[in-house]
Amino acid sequence: MSETKKFVYMNRKAPYGTVYALESLEVVLIGAAFEQEVQLVFVDDGVYQLTKNQSTDGIGMKNFSKTYSALGDYDVNQIYIDEQSLKDRGLTMDDLQELTYEDEDDDWAEKSSMKLVNREQLAELIGNADVLLNF
Amino acid sequence: MPLEVNGKSYETDEEGYLANLNDWNEDVAAALAAADDAELTENHWEVINFLREYYEEYQIAPAVRVLTKAIGKKLGKDKGNSKYLYELFPYGPAKQACKYAGLPKPTGCV
Repeated sequence: MSETKKFVYMNRKAPYGTVYALESLEVVLIGAAFEQEVQLVFVDDGVYQLTKNQSTDGIGMKNFSKTYSALGDYDVNQIYIDEQSLKDRGLTMDDLQELTYEDEDDDWAEKSSMKLVNREQLAELIGNADVLLNF
Repeated sequence: MPLEVNGKSYETDEEGYLANLNDWNEDVAAALAAADDAELTENHWEVINFLREYYEEYQIAPAVRVLTKAIGKKLGKDKGNSKYLYELFPYGPAKQACKYAGLPKPTGCV
């Protein structure tokens, strides 16, 4: 058995316009099969990836924002949102969709996967990563 | 190679997956299965319908591990295991069931 590594995925870009957000999500879902420790960070325009009520009708792209709510099923439940990035864009946690997971060790209780972090906590998260992937 | 069902032609990719999600109906599913010499029973339909609902909600086809867990939760423990699912879909539950459900090949399917 190989040892578990801590993978941190940095999501920095708006959901549409470039392919980064979707690619990141797909890599996370594929990577989840390898049972590593996975942390997702949403920073800069990346916070827009999690906004509620997205509609892609006008741009002819698939609206993949619903897919984020499947992350809990894939045991990806450490999702960090940069507080400053939200603030800079006039957003709060209420503007974001709620991502949850069911805790196997707590009788499948539904719990939030999301955590607001400040820059200091973010630096620590990045510092503790074994593998850091930027999207 | 296009798939012919009831006089209509449906576009598929090189592995036989339906090109357009909206082309799907139960006759198309049966024809996709027939192309693999498989016959769809009530038990197959349960899984196929589950996959279509999952895709509708999350816009992806679930990985096998996720499918197994979710089926167990929805249809009971005796069905939420890979033995049961592989008996129904010997070519791999996610891969084969997704094909008959008209979904794209699941993400992370190797």
